[in-house]
Amino acid sequence: MKNVQRQFISFIGRRRNWSIPYMLFLSFFVLVPLVLIVLYAFTDHNGKFSFTNFSKFWMQPEAINILIYSVGVAMITTLLCLLLGYPAAYLLSKMDTRRARLLVILFILPMWINFLIRTLATVALFDFLSLPLGEGALIFGMVYNFLPFMMYPIYNILQKTDPNLIEAAQDLGANPRQVFFRTILPLSVPGISSGIMMVFMPVISTFAIAELLTINNIKLFGTTLQENIYNGMWNYGAALSLVMLLLVGLTSLLNSDGNTKAAEEGGLI
Amino acid sequence: MMKRILSSSYLGLLLVMLYAPILVIIVFSFTEAKVLGNWTGFSLKLYTSLFQGGKVHSLSSALWNTLIIGLSAAFVSTILGTIAAIGIFNLQPGPQKAFRMINAIPILNPDIITAISLFLLFVSLGISQGHATVILAHITFCTPYVVLSVLPRLHRMNVNLYEAALDLGATPFLALRRILLPELKPGMINGFILAFTLSIDDFVVTLFTIGNEGLETISTYIYADARKGGLTPELRPLSAIIFITVLILLIIINQRAAKKPNLKRI
Repeated sequence: MKNVQRQFISFIGRRRNWSIPYMLFLSFFVLVPLVLIVLYAFTDHNGKFSFTNFSKFWMQPEAINILIYSVGVAMITTLLCLLLGYPAAYLLSKMDTRRARLLVILFILPMWINFLIRTLATVALFDFLSLPLGEGALIFGMVYNFLPFMMYPIYNILQKTDPNLIEAAQDLGANPRQVFFRTILPLSVPGISSGIMMVFMPVISTFAIAELLTINNIKLFGTTLQENIYNGMWNYGAALSLVMLLLVGLTSLLNSDGNTKAAEEGGLI
Repeated sequence: MMKRILSSSYLGLLLVMLYAPILVIIVFSFTEAKVLGNWTGFSLKLYTSLFQGGKVHSLSSALWNTLIIGLSAAFVSTILGTIAAIGIFNLQPGPQKAFRMINAIPILNPDIITAISLFLLFVSLGISQGHATVILAHITFCTPYVVLSVLPRLHRMNVNLYEAALDLGATPFLALRRILLPELKPGMINGFILAFTLSIDDFVVTLFTIGNEGLETISTYIYADARKGGLTPELRPLSAIIFITVLILLIIINQRAAKKPNLKRI
């Protein structure tokens, strides 16, 4: 008995063992559920191995069309967020730190309001200005919801850029345009790629936003997923989730550099 | 000079765009009208009826559930995440890297994937969904953020301090309490606040793990409400209050963050 107790104490004493509870937790609540998605995706509702879900996805134009449409909306949103957010992030990075900090908080703050309330507020705003709901409202709502996610990582990286590099470019005779395109922009690529990570996939997977902003006229891929799971089509829903997971994997492969950064800066504080 | 005006007005314009919807909500929380956008004169009636309960009982119970779920999830993930961060920090570089990658999965995954995967976990184990499953699901996506906010504190800390305490005769427990915890506290507090705000803001994961026993949080309540077409008017004052609360919380976090470099300079 004594021996067991001593062993337990020395086990706790080795601090790397402290990672074990969380490791077990992660395995059970993150890894096992992901494996379950794969299992459900490759079985039919009797639990037998089959490709029916994927052939169904391939045969049904509806789901594919929604996916393509969602990718399109996500691309436009990402592009607009980049075009609007990059200059803003650049201007913020030029300000003195105290003022910039305050402004960054102002930009991030709206994101901490429940996104459903924010979306309904956007609907109210469009009503208030008597603008029609529809595709335009959808894009506005998406840009509105995701702009801060693009701005923040870019701001972060621009702010850390060594000013000596910019001075060096100037000393070597670069004009302002060259300084920007040859020095500042390439240095900020990691920020841009984490910004893209944080906007592109989430836009595809949102549900509720699109329905509210288009009075149920437009569905995005996230809604298709949700509807299938809700209607008890778990296997098909899992297959669609797997398609989405592949997309996530693909986008993170495309910018493996921004990947970890997006994760580390995901907290946005 | 011209440049400065241009740059401030650009940033100002973006801020107007970001805040316009929220301002609409706050302004119209001070009027009684059922429909958002109708101004029927200044009134605090929505605020008083929000706190009286009764008629909007389901809203106040949803608020209560949101707070309970948020606080429990934040509490558990802060403890789990801090212990994990200490463990991860002491791992060999190889396993440490693998661990950090797995830790990033819930952050990088779209909400809906996390939601569906956890839903499948609970149904295939036959666990009935309710408070416990929502809290577990929230711990799942909150803890990685706690780990990420505690780890930098460990990296910044002088490792010799802990060893010195042990050499001077402190038990590991005493050294933990007197040396390690005070160093980690700011990271833990930030992690807690972050976890809490993530939890109360969550909608997708909650919807998939809350079951159908009538349990509601603010998010699912609003969703059900919006699907019916209208919005309970009391949601306006509630959103206004949430907004102000979050504003204050963020300012506190920011002040804490701003203090650190100053201390170093002195």
